[in-house]
Amino acid sequence: MKLNIDGLLVYFPYDYIYPEQYSYMLELKRTLDAKGHGVLEMPSGTGKTISLLSLIVAYQKAYPLDVTKLIYCSRTVPEIEKVVEELKKLMEFHEKMTGEKQNFLALALSSRKNLCVHPEVSSLRFGKDVDGKCHSMTASYIRSRKQQNPGVQLCRFYEEFEALGRQVPLTAGIFNLDDLKAFGRQKGWCPYFLARYSILHANIVIYSYHYLLDPKIADLVSKELAKKSVIVFDEAHNIDNVCIDSMSVNITRRTLDRTQSNIDTLQSTIQKIKETDAAKLREEYSQLVQGLKEANVARETDVYLSNPVLPDEILQEAVPGSIRTAEHFVGFLKRLLEYLKSRLRIQHVVQESPPQFLKDIYEKVCIDRKPLRFCSERLRSLLRTLEIADIADFSAVTLISNFATLVSTYSKGFTVIIEPFEDKTPSIANPVLHFSCMDSSIAIKPVFERFQSVVITSGTLSPLDIYPKILDFHPVTMASFTMTLARTCLCPLIVGRGNDQVAISSKFETREDIAVIRNYGNLLSEMSAIVPDGIVAFFTSYQYMENIVASWYEQGILENIQRNKLIFIETQDAAETSMALEKYQEACENGRGAILLSVARGKVSEGIDFVHHFGRAVIMFGVPYVYTQSRILKARLEYLRDQFQIRENDFLTFDAMRHAAQCVGRAIRGKTDYGLMIFADKRYSRSDKRGKLPRWIQEHISDGSLNLTIDETVQLSKHFLREMAQPFRKEDQLGLSLLTLEQLQSEEMLKKITQIAHQV
Amino acid sequence: MTTSSEDVLLAIKRVRQKKQDGILFLMAERIAWTPEGKDRFTVSHLYADIRCQKISPDGKAKIQLQLVLHTGETTNFHFTNESSALKDRDAVKDLLQQLLPKFKRKTNKELEEKNRMLQEDPLLFQLYKDLVVSQVISAEEFWANRLSLNSVDSSLPNHKQEVGISAAFLADVRPQTDGCNGLRYNLTSDIIESIFRTYPAVKQKYAENVPHNMTEKEFWTRFFQSHYFHRDRISMGAQDLFSECAKLDDKGLKTMVGQGVKNPLIDLTSLDDQTLDEGYGVSSAPSSSGCTKSVKETSNTAIIKRFNLHSAMVLAAGLRKHEPQNEQNSETSSTDGNSRDSDFFQPPLKKVKLQEAIEYQDLKQENGKKTIALTLKKSERYSHGPVPVQSQTYTTSQDIINSVNYIKHEMDNYTPHLNHVLSSSAASSAITALSPGGLLMQGGAHQAINQMVPNDVQSELKHLYVAAGELLRHFWSCFPVNSPFLEEKVVKMKSNLERFHISKLRPFQEKVQRQYLSTNLTGHLEEMLQASYGKFSMWQSKRMVRKT
Repeated sequence: MKLNIDGLLVYFPYDYIYPEQYSYMLELKRTLDAKGHGVLEMPSGTGKTISLLSLIVAYQKAYPLDVTKLIYCSRTVPEIEKVVEELKKLMEFHEKMTGEKQNFLALALSSRKNLCVHPEVSSLRFGKDVDGKCHSMTASYIRSRKQQNPGVQLCRFYEEFEALGRQVPLTAGIFNLDDLKAFGRQKGWCPYFLARYSILHANIVIYSYHYLLDPKIADLVSKELAKKSVIVFDEAHNIDNVCIDSMSVNITRRTLDRTQSNIDTLQSTIQKIKETDAAKLREEYSQLVQGLKEANVARETDVYLSNPVLPDEILQEAVPGSIRTAEHFVGFLKRLLEYLKSRLRIQHVVQESPPQFLKDIYEKVCIDRKPLRFCSERLRSLLRTLEIADIADFSAVTLISNFATLVSTYSKGFTVIIEPFEDKTPSIANPVLHFSCMDSSIAIKPVFERFQSVVITSGTLSPLDIYPKILDFHPVTMASFTMTLARTCLCPLIVGRGNDQVAISSKFETREDIAVIRNYGNLLSEMSAIVPDGIVAFFTSYQYMENIVASWYEQGILENIQRNKLIFIETQDAAETSMALEKYQEACENGRGAILLSVARGKVSEGIDFVHHFGRAVIMFGVPYVYTQSRILKARLEYLRDQFQIRENDFLTFDAMRHAAQCVGRAIRGKTDYGLMIFADKRYSRSDKRGKLPRWIQEHISDGSLNLTIDETVQLSKHFLREMAQPFRKEDQLGLSLLTLEQLQSEEMLKKITQIAHQV
Repeated sequence: MTTSSEDVLLAIKRVRQKKQDGILFLMAERIAWTPEGKDRFTVSHLYADIRCQKISPDGKAKIQLQLVLHTGETTNFHFTNESSALKDRDAVKDLLQQLLPKFKRKTNKELEEKNRMLQEDPLLFQLYKDLVVSQVISAEEFWANRLSLNSVDSSLPNHKQEVGISAAFLADVRPQTDGCNGLRYNLTSDIIESIFRTYPAVKQKYAENVPHNMTEKEFWTRFFQSHYFHRDRISMGAQDLFSECAKLDDKGLKTMVGQGVKNPLIDLTSLDDQTLDEGYGVSSAPSSSGCTKSVKETSNTAIIKRFNLHSAMVLAAGLRKHEPQNEQNSETSSTDGNSRDSDFFQPPLKKVKLQEAIEYQDLKQENGKKTIALTLKKSERYSHGPVPVQSQTYTTSQDIINSVNYIKHEMDNYTPHLNHVLSSSAASSAITALSPGGLLMQGGAHQAINQMVPNDVQSELKHLYVAAGELLRHFWSCFPVNSPFLEEKVVKMKSNLERFHISKLRPFQEKVQRQYLSTNLTGHLEEMLQASYGKFSMWQSKRMVRKT
């Protein structure tokens, strides 16, 4: 249908529309009009992606000068591919309606592992190996070596792309990962480099968060993207953790040992080169005198080491004299390494700020702040000069120099924690130096500064106001949308006590209590008897799940459950879990029914949807608080309190509830879907917890279902399931939660729609 | 009934039933009990009627045996011979154990099957009534053809579904303490079958060791003692009979994991696009290297692993039946261009799954029914069909276009000359022929046959047709007659047909005549019968010639 969104003609590739989709597009348009940032929470399964794409594509067509590019960031590879497929559908519709071929280029970008078509390289299993092998065949100096030595193996796909690919850029079309590969195979071009080259002029780019948020990669891939782009972070409820992860470094004894051998290799290579080709080193030296700018003119393939810091500040200056010559720099690295080694030789926990650390390193080994800052840049130059083929081997020394640069660049928002052993095993010495980022706004700051509109959206972003705080930006729109429903297809229930009236909770004091464990088991086994097909149960942590499963096994509860359904359990091994997942789906599919025991914050809870019969009930055992004893977390909480005035408890609860909402939201993926959401913990009934659930879940929790016993839960569930099992037709929805164009245009409906969005 | 002489396989004295002493007989086909001093059986059960037997636990004062019938009734026998009660009972039990399964399978299943078929198919039921109840052919003859027919087209959905395995079958053998520091496990043949089907490795072991190395009892005792059964216990020693099974299982699990998953959307290993490099990130890398896990933790992991494996095995056991078929499918698919190369094979499934994932059912206009995709082995065969090779010259598309244009041109210039089409005399005779009563309108009377004949006669005729068809099918299926069995059958069928002719068709004909229905309703039936009689006499005369 054709929609009129606040004066903008939007092609929407369906015959019907959900009211919330219309409302969402209105908000989105306002954000784009204001050229500002937005935070939008839209219930899962209400067609967020297609609304977003429809509107932004229409906007791009209407105002090609204002919005030149859409950069859509999602979390997982399947998510990315889904977005591209939806986009394909949209463009087909555009073509059908306008009757002309669309001059529109959209493509997905992923790591080499997912795009490589080289027969040998692509058969490698791990992404790191693929990257390494690719470097060794495409790096500029290797290719130049080919001229002297024809025996050097190069990648014919890359060569072909270099020779021809740049002249005829991709012009129009929607390219998913597989399409890129097929295209690459057909042309004999490398799809990965083709994609990286094409994102510069594409209308829509779809890739993962890391390409924007991880400075190491962003600098390489996304540096030249136009300023007038719209950035969308989908599934953004975890965005702060992604930011923090990309800026944090851990150094263990093993890292240091490997660094040692790296440095030895460097030294011997320098020695060798000195004997054979001293001119090369001299040349590098003179380059460094002139500054790093020229050194930076490297080919895109020479991914030695990208600077973790935002580059411009450093590139202006020349490298300090003390580390300009190769030998001096190696000596410098050695001193740094020895210092770190000595720091790891401790008996008690040390926590200090970066300035303290810098002061200490200056006092102990006389290393200044300035050369430290240039450390990673200098290493990059050195590795290139030495023409080292396999840079994967040098990951340790790279890590150390990255750390050096980071610690000397940021004086705020980071902390250095050195722990001599793990908390659980105090007898085993396993010293770790955590250099931990506490401020998620650091990594995302350049994104907000550079691009005109950044939209953060997800199914669960509640409470909305916390995201602008922790990411430190000022949105122009903040809205949460409710889900219009013709029938209440979600049923959140809070189970507070067992049939024996013992309160059930996963809180630390009672979590080992046998009565609580038994009640949890009873709940699951009762539910297994009444819920058809699939049930997914989430635990607060992997360890907790192991313990509970073990005691259920001893008590024979699992056997009772097995009478009703098959049991599959998430393990820490991803491949094993994938298999369990597939078997789980198979069991749901063939009617046997199954239970999947899983972990909040685990891979399953983050990336797998349980549509329809794959998840008729989700049970959340306990409140998934993060492990609060960790020093890193404590430091972060302190920082949040001091910097952003967020109280520790507020943040912890927010974090726990967003994960709980994520888990529970896995079951509902659309208005025709239905599912039970069972929160099995007394603490959920408190308003500070409940209030942090997304609105679209919260509004269905009735006062009567706040502190149920297991029996009551079973009764309510039975009732709910029976009601949901009745046929549900389009006519039931039409006019309420599903609209035709005429219905949408009626005054009354438009008035109703304004109530769907709740501005914060 | 009780007088027929049967082989008595076992007779046990002093068996009580309903507080009355008596003698228990086990005979070839039934079990019977007669009270002391009488000479007729007050209790008599065919083995086929018995669902199962139950015995009182060892150590109980009363030594009893209970028979449970299919109807749900039970009969208890109490063995009261002080010296040998236990022995007696065990003898009965063992013999029953051998006898019951023989009868169980056959009779029940067949009867059930026949019953079900008759209930499901009213037409068949009518046929059965017409032919068997009125004794045109015997029931055996009737079924002989049917049942085999049914087993031939096993692909039909009404084929009996394989019963799956309960996931909790091991839970049913929960040990019970017998009061003196021992554990008792109750095993039924169902459970044993479940174990074998789920864990083929155990079946293998069983085949290897029982009965030459150990008795069955010993085997199961060891099974329940083994580390294999109690996976949470950490290894109990190398000489465990089942340690090999455990290894096999682990291997199986590994291969299953190694195979990866078919649905790319749930492949957790390739979910992340770009993992952080080693050493980055807040949470430190899992410290699996340095520290050893506590014993409890490893046992917990073992339990979890075991549950995953167990569920997968149970699931696989339920599906094993279909495997050969699947194998075939994959083979054919590999021959028709979809090579096994993962890279080429993956996209279709992935595409389908992706499309499924982004589909919003309710947003779309429903356009008709969902169609099922054709699975074609060779698509070109489908689109072309078998065309005989012709030597004629093909018309080129240009020719076709030209001729179309030519026809168009002709049509444009066509002007009808209506007054020259037909002479007026021919036109008027055609009109008379087409008016009511005319030459061409007489056929109209025939069409009213369904109005002329009353409904009951119609339905009777229908039944007659069906019955005759069935008999004729039997008859014709005997040709060519190339075995003595078929010879016999063809003669029998001929007589069946004649009997049908006399007992069914004739009365019907008379009835029709009595109702003065002029049309010859049974003419075709007669013709069919006559044709078969002719065939029969021809065959007979040929045979005579051959014999002489």
